[in-house]
Amino acid sequence: MMEVIGQLGDGVLMSLQPLNLALILIGVTLGLFIGAMPGLGSVNGVAILLPITFLVPPGSAIIFLAAIYYGAMYGGAISSITLGIPGASTAVATTFDGRPLAMQGKARLALVTAAIASFIGGTVANVLFTGFAPLLASVALSFGPPEIFALMLLAFATFVGLGGDDIPKTIFSICIGLVFAAVGFDEISGAPRLIFGDISGFLHGINFLVLAIGVYGIGEMLWTIDSTRGKITSTETKMSVKGAVEDAKYGMKKSWKGTTIGSFLGFFVGILPAAGATPGSLMAYGVSKLTSKTPEEFGKGHPEGVAAPEAANNSASTGSMLPMLTLGIPGSPTTAILLGGMVIWGLTPGPRLFTDQPEFVWGLIGSFYVSNFFALVVNLSFIPLFIWVLRMPFTILAAMIFVLSVVGGYAATRDMHDVWLMLGFGVGAYFLRKLDYPLAPAVLAIVLGPIAEPTLRQSLLLSSGDPSIFFTRPIAGPITVIAIVLILLPLLKVMFTKSKGNKPKDDGETLA
Amino acid sequence: MRRAEFITAGILALLSIYLMWKSTELEIGYVSDEGPGGGAWPFWLAAIMLICTGVIAYNAIKKTSPPSQSKEPLLDGYGKKMLLLVGGGIFGFIALIDILSMYGAMFVFLIYYLKVLGRHTWRLTLTIAVLTPIIFFFFFEALMRITMPKGLPFLEPVFNYLNTIIY
Amino acid sequence: MKTTKRAFMGLLGATALAASAVSSVAHAWEPTKPIDFVIMAGAGGGADQIARFIQSVAEKGKMTPRPLIPNNKGGGSGAEALIALNNARDPDHTILVTLNSFFTTPLRQPNLGIDINTFTPVAMMGVDPFVLWVHKDRNINTFEDWQAAVKEADGEWVMGGTGKGQEDSLVTTWLEQNYDLKIKYIPYKGGGAVAKDLAGQQIMSSVNNPSEAKGFFENGDVVPLVSFSDERLPLVSEVPTVKELDKDFSYYNQRAVVGAPGMSDEAAAYYQDLFKKIYDSEEWQGYMASESLSPLWMDAAAQKEYWQTQVDRHKELLEKMGE
Repeated sequence: MMEVIGQLGDGVLMSLQPLNLALILIGVTLGLFIGAMPGLGSVNGVAILLPITFLVPPGSAIIFLAAIYYGAMYGGAISSITLGIPGASTAVATTFDGRPLAMQGKARLALVTAAIASFIGGTVANVLFTGFAPLLASVALSFGPPEIFALMLLAFATFVGLGGDDIPKTIFSICIGLVFAAVGFDEISGAPRLIFGDISGFLHGINFLVLAIGVYGIGEMLWTIDSTRGKITSTETKMSVKGAVEDAKYGMKKSWKGTTIGSFLGFFVGILPAAGATPGSLMAYGVSKLTSKTPEEFGKGHPEGVAAPEAANNSASTGSMLPMLTLGIPGSPTTAILLGGMVIWGLTPGPRLFTDQPEFVWGLIGSFYVSNFFALVVNLSFIPLFIWVLRMPFTILAAMIFVLSVVGGYAATRDMHDVWLMLGFGVGAYFLRKLDYPLAPAVLAIVLGPIAEPTLRQSLLLSSGDPSIFFTRPIAGPITVIAIVLILLPLLKVMFTKSKGNKPKDDGETLA
Repeated sequence: MRRAEFITAGILALLSIYLMWKSTELEIGYVSDEGPGGGAWPFWLAAIMLICTGVIAYNAIKKTSPPSQSKEPLLDGYGKKMLLLVGGGIFGFIALIDILSMYGAMFVFLIYYLKVLGRHTWRLTLTIAVLTPIIFFFFFEALMRITMPKGLPFLEPVFNYLNTIIY
Repeated sequence: MKTTKRAFMGLLGATALAASAVSSVAHAWEPTKPIDFVIMAGAGGGADQIARFIQSVAEKGKMTPRPLIPNNKGGGSGAEALIALNNARDPDHTILVTLNSFFTTPLRQPNLGIDINTFTPVAMMGVDPFVLWVHKDRNINTFEDWQAAVKEADGEWVMGGTGKGQEDSLVTTWLEQNYDLKIKYIPYKGGGAVAKDLAGQQIMSSVNNPSEAKGFFENGDVVPLVSFSDERLPLVSEVPTVKELDKDFSYYNQRAVVGAPGMSDEAAAYYQDLFKKIYDSEEWQGYMASESLSPLWMDAAAQKEYWQTQVDRHKELLEKMGE
C-alpha cells in the first residue's frame, strides 16, 4: 500500500509540473464547454485533440486528454440544467430535477450541487481506482453477457419507478425507445433491420443524441413556449459568492446520501466494460429516490435528484478507465479513442500495463486527481456565465437553443438525415408531451437497448436457448432476482391501490 | 383533449403495427438452440406497444387519464400559430442548410427568429445573427474539426478562402 | 448591403483563386478543403484505430495542407460507408479506410447497388492476420488438441467473434467445414470484446487479430494455437501456420484506402502519393511491427487486380457458409 501511495505521489507531482498543469487548466476549460454543448461530448473533444498532442510528450498528452475528459463530464450537467437538453446520455437523469430547479430560479443551487457532487463522485472513484484496480479488473472479467443483461434488467427496474402515474404510457415509452434502439443492424444475425423505406440514413441506427435533442431541444421547447404562452419569466438568480456558499451547504445537506450512493454505485457499474456511465447514473437516481424520505419531491426540483446522477456519472466515467487500462477494452467511445491514443504512443493497454509502465499509469491516475480538482474550480468559476445565459430574454435563448439543437443533431452523426429525424422526433414529442406521455424512458431506453438486446441473445446462445442461465450463474442470479422483484413491486402496488378503487391522482406532472 | 387522446392512441397503434410488420423481415420466433431471432426483439416490443395503446384508449373511454378529462383542445389558436411560426422556422432552417450551408442558414434563421418572432432591434438582431455563425465556424471547423454542410457550389470560394485562414 | 456583400464575396473568390494559383506551381492538385476520411467501422474498433493512427501520422508530418477528418460510418457492416462514398458530393475530398467488408457487404447486400470497381484505388496499407486463441486454463497447447477438445464437446464448444459474415466468422466456418467440427458461435460488437470474454472464460476460444489479443497474450491469459497467415508471425513465432500443418489456407483482413467513385486522376495521384509517404514513414512501419500487421504494399493497378481475386474468394467463402 505504501508503495502505491508513493507512486501516486509521484504521479500527482508530475501533473503539477508547469507544462502539465497548464495543459490541465486548458483541458478542463475546453472540456467544460465541449461537454456543455448539446451534441458534443468528451468523445469529440478527445478525438479531435488527439493529433495536437503530438506536440507534447506522451505523458503530458494523456494528462491533457484526461483533463478534457474530466471537463466534459462536468460540462454535461450544465446543458441539462440551463438548457434542459442532456448533452450526453449520462446527463439525462440530471435533467429530471436540474431543469425544474432552474425553472424555479434555483439554477445556482442546481449547478453548485452538480459540481460538488461530481467532484465527490470523481474523488471516490479515484480512491477506489488507486487502491483496487487489479482486483476490480478481475471482477470486470467475471461479467459475461448474462451478468450484463441482468444488470440492464436492474436498470429497467428503476425505470418503472421513474415513470409517471400513467403506467401504459410509461411502458409504451420504454418500448418505443427499445424498438428505435433496434433500428439499423442486427449484430447477431448480421442483417440490416428496420430500415424504414430503405433509407440509408437508418443503416447507422437512431443515435441517442438525435432522439434526445429532438425530444428536449425541440419538443420540450415548443411545449414550454406553448404552455407559458411565450411569456417566460426566468426567475432571478443572482450570482454572489456568499449565496453560492450557502447553496453548496444547503445542497450537500439535502443530498449527501444520494451523492454517496451515486459515487459507489456509479463506479461499480462503470468498471463493467459493456455498461458505461448511463445505467450507473440512472440507477443512482432510482435508488436515491427509493431510499429518500421525500420521494415525492423527486422530479420537481430536489437537489438530491441532481447530485445522485452527477456523482454517479463522474464516478462511472472514471471507472470506465479501468477496463481500458487493465483489459484493453474500452468501456465507452471516449475511452476507445484514448485507447487508440495509447497505441499510437507505443503503450499496450492490458493486464501488463500496470507492471510494464508504472510511471505512465500512476502519472495518469495522479492527473485524474489533479484534473478533478481543477475541473471543480473551473466549473464553479464559470457558473455566473451559465446563469447569465439563463437570464437572457427568452426569445434569444430559445433561438440559441434551436440553433444548438440543429448543429448538435448534425454533429452527432454528420448526416442531414438525422437532422430531419430530430425535427420529426421534436414535433412528435411536443404532441406526446401535451398528452402526458413521459418521454424520458424512451430516451434512456435507446441507450440501454443496444446493450440489453445483444447480451440477452448472446446469453441464450450460450445456454442453447435456455433462459435459466440468468438465474443459475452466481453473479447474474441474485441481480436478476432483485431486478424482477423491483419491477413487480410497483406494478403490484398499483394494482392493489386500483382494486381498492382509488382513482389516479390528478397529477400529470412527471418526468419527461 | 379527449378526442386527441383517442386519435393519438390510434396513430400510435398504427405505428406499432407497422413496426411489427417491418420486424417480420427477420426471424421473429424462438430459434431452437439459439434463442430469439433478429426480428423478435422489435416485434414483441412493438406488440407490447400495441397493447399499451389499447389500454390508453380504454382509459380515455373511462376518463381516468388527465388528458381525457380535459376539455381544452390539443392545439388552441395560440398553439397552432406557435407550431407554424416556430416549428416552421426550424423546418425552414434545416431546409436551407443544403443551399446556404449550415452557417448561412443559421444567419437567416436567427434574423427570422429574433426580428420577426422576438421583435428585437435590428442592432441586436444583426449582432447576434452575424456573430453566432462566425463563432460556430471557428469553434467547429477550426477547433473541433467537425465539418458542417457547405451548401451549394456557389459558396465554395468563400469556404475555400476561410479554410486558408484556419488551417 | 447587397452590393457590398457581393463585392466582398467576389473579393474572397479572387483571393482564393489567387491562393490556389500560387499553390498550383508546387503541386498539380492539392486538397482545398478538409478531407472526409470515412472509416468503415464505429469509433474504437480495430479499423478505427488504424485510421486514426494514419490521420495522426499525416498530421504529425504535416503532409496535407487540409486535415483528414475521421468520419465513422460503421452502420450495416460497412454498407453505410460504401453508400456515403457512392454518393459523395465531392469525390476529390472523400476517401475511405476499408476492411474486407469492402468485398463482402456488396456481395451480401446486392440491393445496395454498390459496384466496388467504380471506386478509386489509393493504397494498400497492410493486412491483418488471424490467429486461433484459447484460454490457458483449458490446457490446450496444440491445434490437434484443440480439435480433439472441440469434437469431445460435441456442439457445445463456444467461440466468440464479431458476427456472421464478418472476417473471423469466415475463418471459423472454414475450421468447422475442414476439420469436421461443430462450434457454437457467439457474435460480439468488436474484436476487443471477444478477446476480453475469452480472457474471462465466457467463451472457450476465438479467432482474433494479434493486435486485439496481444495484451492478454503477453500476460499469459490466452494461448495461440495456429495462425491463418502465409508465414509465421513475429509476435507468436513459435506458433505454426495452418499451411505448415496440413491445409492450404490463409486469410487476412485488408487495411486499405480507397477513393470515392468519380475521383479525378489528379486527386487520385495526390492521395496515392500521400499514402505512399505515410506507408514508408517510420511511424507506420513501427505500428505494423508492434500490432503484427503484415506489410503488403500495392500500387493502384495491383490493387484493382487484388480486388477481383478477393471478390471471387469471398463469393466462394460466403457460399460455403450458406449465405
